[in-house]
Amino acid sequence: MVSVSMNVNGKPASGEVEGRTLLSAFLRENLKLTGTHIGCDTSQCGACVVHVDGKAVKACTMLAAEADGSEVKTIEGMANADGSLGVVQQAFQDHHGLQCGFCTPGMVMSAAALLSENPNPSEAEIREYLEGNLCRCTGYHNIVKAIMAAAGQDVSKIAAE
Amino acid sequence: MPKDGGIGASSKRREDVRFLTGKGRYTDDINIHGQAYAYFLRSEVAYGKINGIDTSVAEGMPGVVQIFTAKDFEGAGGIPCGWQVTDRHGQPMQEPKHPILAEGFVRHVGDPIVGVVADTLEQARDAAEAIDVDITEIDPVLDMRAALADGATKVHDELSSNLCYDWNLGNSPEEAEQVMNSAHHVTTLELTNNRLIANPMEPRVAVGDYSIANDDYTLYTTSQNPHVIRLLMGAFVLNIPEHKLRVVAPDVGGGFGSKIYHYAEEAFCTFAAKQCMRPVKWTSSRSEAFVSDAHGRDHVTTIRLALDENGKFLAIHTDTLANMGAYLSTFSSSIPTWLHGTLMAGNYTTPIVSVNVKAVFTNTVPVDAYRGAGRPEATFQLERVVDKAAREMGIDPVEIRRRNFITEFPYATPVAVEYDTGDYHATMDKLLELSDHAGFEVRAAESKANGKLRGFGISHYIEACGIAPSNLVGQLGARAGLYESATVRVNATGSISVMTGSHSHGQGHETSFAQVVAEMIGIDEKQIDIVHGDTANTPMGMGTYGSRSLAVGGSAIVRATEKILNKAKKIAAHLLEASEADIELKDGTFTVAGTDKSVAWGDVTLAAYVPHNYPLEEIEPGLEETAFYDPANFTYPSGGYGCEVEVDPETGKVQILSFTAADDFGNVVNPMIVEGQVQGGLAQGIGQALLENCAYDENGQLLSGSYMDYTMPRADDVPMFKVDHSCMTPCTHNPLGVKGCGEAGAIGSPPAVVNAVIDALQRGGHDVKHIDMPLSPDRVWMAMNS
Repeated sequence: MVSVSMNVNGKPASGEVEGRTLLSAFLRENLKLTGTHIGCDTSQCGACVVHVDGKAVKACTMLAAEADGSEVKTIEGMANADGSLGVVQQAFQDHHGLQCGFCTPGMVMSAAALLSENPNPSEAEIREYLEGNLCRCTGYHNIVKAIMAAAGQDVSKIAAE
Repeated sequence: MPKDGGIGASSKRREDVRFLTGKGRYTDDINIHGQAYAYFLRSEVAYGKINGIDTSVAEGMPGVVQIFTAKDFEGAGGIPCGWQVTDRHGQPMQEPKHPILAEGFVRHVGDPIVGVVADTLEQARDAAEAIDVDITEIDPVLDMRAALADGATKVHDELSSNLCYDWNLGNSPEEAEQVMNSAHHVTTLELTNNRLIANPMEPRVAVGDYSIANDDYTLYTTSQNPHVIRLLMGAFVLNIPEHKLRVVAPDVGGGFGSKIYHYAEEAFCTFAAKQCMRPVKWTSSRSEAFVSDAHGRDHVTTIRLALDENGKFLAIHTDTLANMGAYLSTFSSSIPTWLHGTLMAGNYTTPIVSVNVKAVFTNTVPVDAYRGAGRPEATFQLERVVDKAAREMGIDPVEIRRRNFITEFPYATPVAVEYDTGDYHATMDKLLELSDHAGFEVRAAESKANGKLRGFGISHYIEACGIAPSNLVGQLGARAGLYESATVRVNATGSISVMTGSHSHGQGHETSFAQVVAEMIGIDEKQIDIVHGDTANTPMGMGTYGSRSLAVGGSAIVRATEKILNKAKKIAAHLLEASEADIELKDGTFTVAGTDKSVAWGDVTLAAYVPHNYPLEEIEPGLEETAFYDPANFTYPSGGYGCEVEVDPETGKVQILSFTAADDFGNVVNPMIVEGQVQGGLAQGIGQALLENCAYDENGQLLSGSYMDYTMPRADDVPMFKVDHSCMTPCTHNPLGVKGCGEAGAIGSPPAVVNAVIDALQRGGHDVKHIDMPLSPDRVWMAMNS
């Protein structure tokens, strides 16, 4: 067993885990942050994307021990301080960028990382950035649109809602 | 002006807030104090005889609670099939037993043999590795034609052959043959409808719990229809009466059909919870999902279309082999028959339609409904053969469809269904307008100048949703009713809880169902909550699949709300000292017609629960009503779909430049949600057409067993879609006039994509008549260069 401690969503978090414990499992099982989802076992689906030290990371590709000492942000930490939805979250609701909600945490975390790297991405850049996030419900149309809207772009011409 | 509430408004989805903040409650998020974990040792071979199972070492390993094999389930029933198809000779289909754990034989890779329950998942997995299963391999049955040959190895020894049933619908093959023989032209097409895996992003999970105090069970499961699971598992598998079995399907991360069925793992966890006296949880890995979730499609078809010299369709004759896999999944038998054969008339007036389907057992994962379920298979073959016929006869693909469109309704097809409404010319017109069909030649010339081949493909689909009525489907072999239920519980201060038997796993029922009730009463949607997914607090319902939720479940809500309003009017009449006949309801206020006397909704509801001034001699206190709605007919959405592609002749890669869907869903409650449903369906249909393929090797090993091998559509595989639903011919037989929109995208799009690629290749001078899906670059390139 190894001791890990990190800052998760601005609060200190620590635990004793087996060396093989993945960050995704640590978040879900030790910290009960079940918003980070497990959708595959080959690091393909992206439902578990979180931010580690500001970078988008698939939490199933990282050991909890590797995140020791890091700043981790999960979907539970994305709302505004007053509890209202953050910009990306709000854009997803406004533009119907989610249906069953299972891929959504990973999509929002990826989208937020994209916008911090590239505040005004083109449609093609968004689609390319989402290569590692699978959604089976939306056909990506409204996810892409939501991210464009979150970047402040006028999406009214794309399609009616 | 768009409405800001009620029917027709694009109300934002209330469920989004919990999903966007990580507060959704999916089954894997449920952990019960003291729970143990189940792990299944599954067959690694496609077919084999089990000589022995040695669990002795594993039983002594750390954390092991109990190890289960088939002998532990001797008192239990098999996993039942919910639909008995009668074959063309009047005989029932062959129906093999589907045990919870393999009995004597393993019949597909992934077939569960042993269930290990341990304190942790890792311990269960470690113990499973120490179990020795002695299997003698048998050459598997994989190819459907070979499976039906004389002397073929049988998947089930106790059956007479690998033929589940041989089924006909519509005109006799002889009638069709007669027309074919004398027709001006006959177009023939042989095709495969590729096997797919539904792949909802949430893998399946089951948590079983048993209370010795009350001798009752609870199963938390990733299901589209918790009541159906309770009935099937309780009555047919584990012999638990309904009042002792609660099934909860909380937030469910997509289904697309694959979470309709009762699966062995659900029965296992429920059973093991009592045996172990601990809650037992199983979470599917994605790798496990590939070999244990029911697959979809997998038809091999030959279709022939007879035409006269003007391109009028005279007869259709189609022969299909449908893969059932190794066992009959819950609705497997109904998919190639009553959900496929019945759609073979399409949008056309073809007078003779003859359908034959042979369902075949093979050593593969069971096959059942996947988004569209039979209807995509029917639409694909019909819309492909129509396109091929148009080319062969030199008639424009739009024109040949228009010459054969049904224009008068109701229309009774030769294949047992009666369409109530539709306007196929209108949806075709809308498609051509939105896709700028007129400008295609200019765009094609531009592509040509750039060394690319551009093509445009059309399909025009018909769909049958909300399968019903129950007494008819009973005659067709359904072992269940297909009604839906709703309880509308009005609280004392006027807020409302609606308990529905439908289940939402992405469809947004919590929002759109509330819109329906809000519209009927004239109150704010926020005053209404939709409760679903728990057999303990919802009336017996049949769940969500087949695009039925609004057409059937929504209609049940309308009926229950009508009962509420009838009673509320009586109360209002009493309070206003007026005749009930004079009471009008508008914007949540009851008034006496022609006067200024009124009483608000909340005052009426309060009177119902605080009945001090109340007509107790006439009506009971309280305001809660239940309705069960059994539709008179299917609903028949239809639409025109157009796909524009560019093929790179150097690589064979197909790029979708635009996709346009012009649907007729009848009335629409929430346009935003409807468009989202179509967009998602389109991506799945495009996935089938270009990317997805479930492939087995010659040993029955699944080659496409992970996201590294099974090509899911990603964001850069699809374009922005043009989606329109302004053509509305309301359904004539349900109170909302709605038809259903969940599956249309996946039904109409595959033939449009393939027709577009064939068009591009033919325009480029390549004499390619058909390519089987998925149209991957290698297949397209080979077709161009062979």
